[in-house]
This record gives sequence, C-alpha cells and structure tokens, in this order.
Amino acid sequence: MRTPISFFLLLSAVLFTLGTLGVLLRRNALVIFMSIELQLNAVNLALVAFSRQWGNLNGQVLAFFSMVVAAAEVVVGLAIIVSLYRKRRSADVDEASLLRW
Amino acid sequence: MNADLVVFWVTAPLSVFAAVAMILSRNAVHAALWLIVNLFTLAVLFLVLGSPFLFVVQIIVYAGAIMVLFLFVIMLLGVDQQASLRETIRGQRWLAVVLGLGLVAEIFFAVRLGLGLSRGALPDFARVNEGGNIRALAEVLFGPYFFPFEVTSILLIVAAIGAMLHGRRRVQDEDVIDMPAAAE
Repeated sequence: MRTPISFFLLLSAVLFTLGTLGVLLRRNALVIFMSIELQLNAVNLALVAFSRQWGNLNGQVLAFFSMVVAAAEVVVGLAIIVSLYRKRRSADVDEASLLRW
Repeated sequence: MNADLVVFWVTAPLSVFAAVAMILSRNAVHAALWLIVNLFTLAVLFLVLGSPFLFVVQIIVYAGAIMVLFLFVIMLLGVDQQASLRETIRGQRWLAVVLGLGLVAEIFFAVRLGLGLSRGALPDFARVNEGGNIRALAEVLFGPYFFPFEVTSILLIVAAIGAMLHGRRRVQDEDVIDMPAAAE
C-alpha cells in the first residue's frame, strides 16, 4: 500500500462536489436523488480512507452504518417521489411548488 | 509504481468520468447506469483500502438492491420522458459551477494542510485485519457498536412501513371491480 491517503480524500472531495452539482443543476427528482447517493458514497470513501489512515476499523463500521441509513433513505425517498408523481404527473422538482410562498 | 497505485489511477478517473456522465445524461436510465459504474469503481477502491467486506456490501447493497429500486421506479414513472435542462433561475448554472470549484479548492487545501501529499508511512493494516476483515469487523460491530447496530434494525422496519404507507394507493369505490356489490 503506497498510495497516499490524501489521493483518496481528494477523489472523495471531487465526487462529493459532482454530487452537489448534480443536486443543484438537475430538475428531475430521480436524478437529484442519484446525486445524493453519489455524495453519500463519496463520504463513505473518505471514511474508509480514514480507517486505513488510523489503522483501526471504526471508519469502516461508520461507513457500514451510513450504507444502512442510505438504504432506508432511498426507500422512503423513492416512495415520496412515486406519490408525488401520482399527484402531479411529473417527477420535476419545479412542479412541486405547493409549499412555495 | 506498485500495484495499488496503478489500480487507483485506473479506477479514479473512471469514477470521476462516470459521475460527470451521470450528471449530464438527459435520460434517467442512462444516469442510473453511469451511477452503477461509479459504485463499482468505489467498491474496487474499498478493496484497495483493505476492506473486502465493504467491497462486497457495496456491490450487493448499492449496485444491486438500491439501483434495482431506482430502475424499478424509473420504469414505473415512464422512461420516455426526456429531462429538460433549461434554467429556471437565471445564472444558477454558473453560480453552481463556481461554488463547486470553490468547494473542491477548499477541501484540497484542508487535506493539504492536515495530511500533506507526502507518502508518510501508514500503520500496518494486516495486524488489524488479523483473522480476516469480516471477523475483525464483527468484533468491533458486536462489541462497542452493538447498541447502534440494534437501533438500525428499528430504522429499517420504520423505513419499510413508511414506504408502504406512502406507496399505497387510496382505494376508490369505483376502482374496485371484484367486489361482490360491484359485480351485481
């Protein structure tokens, strides 16, 4: 193992930023959701890299828990998108403006 | 040039490319497929970082279960609709790109200051993973992290029930065709 940990952290930063850009630029609720998944995965990579850096397994356990929470989040979020689509006939986030002032 | 550096320089650009392609693809199915490529590259990087358990879990849970759920919902909503890439708020796109570049620069300098880009010696990970990564992980997970682990089971049950309630269709009387009263 000669790859510096900072390489992994910088890759994680780039992927997290790409996920953020996806959330900001896209209007389709499903693609926004996928971008959030990308952000979660970038953070997981950073956690596993930290685990390698410090030589213990706490980071890997935290990444494991983050996967569990991501699975729960995807289930509920996709159910909300489906019910939103039933009401509005569209998965566009601009259409869901009921709570806007 | 040793092996894991080669693996890193093969998978990292592929990972970034898949992420960019996911953001820019108009079709939601293409975006999902690019996301699967990205998740696979991250799984390989987990393997490089000495975590075979998370490598397997990443492929089974993310590239398997979660992406199937995504594709299922995409099929449910209709795949033929093309996403409009028009801007609804003027200047939002450029502002987002500039702020994103700022975020990358910020994290870059934070990593540079905190860790440095030097090749410092890492602790020996073989000692931690003694008896296999899964065994070592289980000893941590069912030791100090036992209570949070049990709490996640409640979280998963609540998420499943919540999704069921959200996804349920309200049954209207005229929709029910196999009721005995409707058949008469």
